Amino acid sequence: MRPDLEIIQQWIEPESRVLDLGCGNGTLLNYLKSTKQVRGIGLEIDEENIQRCIQNGVNVIEQNLDQGLSNFQSGSFETVLLAQTLQALSNPDRLIDEMLRIGERGIVTFPNFGNWKSRLYLATKGRMPISKFMPHQWYDTPNIHFCTVKDFDALCKTKNIHVLTRTVVDSQHQGSWAVKSWPNFLGEIAIYHITKG
Amino acid sequence: MSITLPEDSVGIVEPQQFHFDEPLSLRSGKVLPAYDIVFETYGELNTKKSNAILICHALSGDHHAAGYHNGDTKKPGWWDSCIGAGKAIDTNLFFVVCMNNLGGCGGSTGPASKDPETGKYFGPDFPVLTVRDWVKSQVMLMDRLEIPKWAAVVGGSLGGMQALRWAISYPERMAHAICIAAAPKLSAQNIAFNEVARQSITSDPDFHQGYYLEHGTYPKQGLTLARMVGHITYLSDSAMRAKFGKTVSDFETEKTNFGRDLRSGKLSFGFDVDFQVESYLHYQGERFSENFDANTYLLMTKALDYFDPSVDFEGDLSKAFLNSDCKFMLVSFTTDWRFPPERSRELVNDLLKAGKEVTYLEVEADQGHDAFLLPIPRYISAFRSYLCRVHEEICQDAP
Repeated sequence: MRPDLEIIQQWIEPESRVLDLGCGNGTLLNYLKSTKQVRGIGLEIDEENIQRCIQNGVNVIEQNLDQGLSNFQSGSFETVLLAQTLQALSNPDRLIDEMLRIGERGIVTFPNFGNWKSRLYLATKGRMPISKFMPHQWYDTPNIHFCTVKDFDALCKTKNIHVLTRTVVDSQHQGSWAVKSWPNFLGEIAIYHITKG
Repeated sequence: MSITLPEDSVGIVEPQQFHFDEPLSLRSGKVLPAYDIVFETYGELNTKKSNAILICHALSGDHHAAGYHNGDTKKPGWWDSCIGAGKAIDTNLFFVVCMNNLGGCGGSTGPASKDPETGKYFGPDFPVLTVRDWVKSQVMLMDRLEIPKWAAVVGGSLGGMQALRWAISYPERMAHAICIAAAPKLSAQNIAFNEVARQSITSDPDFHQGYYLEHGTYPKQGLTLARMVGHITYLSDSAMRAKFGKTVSDFETEKTNFGRDLRSGKLSFGFDVDFQVESYLHYQGERFSENFDANTYLLMTKALDYFDPSVDFEGDLSKAFLNSDCKFMLVSFTTDWRFPPERSRELVNDLLKAGKEVTYLEVEADQGHDAFLLPIPRYISAFRSYLCRVHEEICQDAP
């Protein structure tokens, strides 16, 4: 399992209702279903991922996140997940509002653009960073809204979002003391557990 | 002479028939005192009786969903593309049941049957049935077959509506509802097309107020017209262009294909058939009229028009699903303008509102409403995978 998912799953209560926005092939929901008897629903637009979800026995709905989540009732899920999808949304801020309307808690993970590698890449090459985690060229990338840990902290503050836990991990997905001390510089993936303030 | 049937076919099948003496109270207030149900089954019922799937047919369907009838090895059942060994509804895993709905003309009691009390054809005196009544009769068949619970109730179009009604009325007797190319209820446009079809039939001089069988005739012209109109609503504009635009002339490339192939190569400057599409519709309509009962057509379209499970729940369909503890799979097709994806999404949203477990796919397909009957790869893979999950659940439940 993807290491950010490994961390996320610790925050999910057994038998709770989980909505996974951009659920990919359903790995996490499948895991949560079998280990925690979670009642999960995933939203996805990629045909292959949807097929894999069905094969994994995961409930999946073909729905484009950019068209909103108005079809979901307020407070209808305990947790709403947004794993590595934030940066690909047209209106990430609005979607976060929606997450916290629909769920009691939200979990957001994203690649930290403030990581030293991105900074170094941009500083030395003067070009948009390309790496294992961000393999696309600037013109064909689905990731249209990159942000840094500091940016997201600021957004949470503006929106009066309460951050329950903020975990930042490096490429080995380890949160060493150094990464904890300089999250926006050393962290590669940011993982936020949030709720309404 | 022996004929080889495809390997994944369920082979030669024989319809079965049960007689029921228990009166069936109908939504209209009328009672059907006794009736026959004709049905077919494919695959084997396991010892736990937990692997049964009910297939519900649409407007013009019947109990012959898969395989071949003796003497007719050319044309398989209406959903043969999906039912068979290794197909989406895998008869190696499931015991599949499909019945001809009451009021139909495939052998179950309907307007073309004789009323045992009078010895005359029921004709227009046969009561108007609703989806709810059909589901009730499907429960009777299920009990007679000693099936405690369906692994899944499956249907497309009007069949999908039956699957929904099952989930509302008998959720404890099914594990999954699979509802393809359906809608929560018909729109004015849907009803309007049905009314044109009904008017075509009832205004045919051979209709005789529905007593045409007593007169030794049938409203061929009316039924043909009804089917022609219906058939147009099953196809999409793009499907028709492709189907009737096989001749690519200097003026028409594949990109600019309007589907205007001529029947005889030139215009007639008369009012007869000029284009292939016209001739096709005539052929389809006529062939249908020879095999279908006009009163049944009227009844089926009314059942469609009347379908609206939300009426018992202050118009809020999500409330209808509150007790439905089965799981749901819904599929729609992008070019279906009879029951477009928006209509399936309405259903999905009501199911989500009711807190149900739902899987929903919007399949890119050119074939319009008819797509649900066709082997479209993405649809079939998803359908098969979903049913594999259903089967895994059965195996897990077994002690």
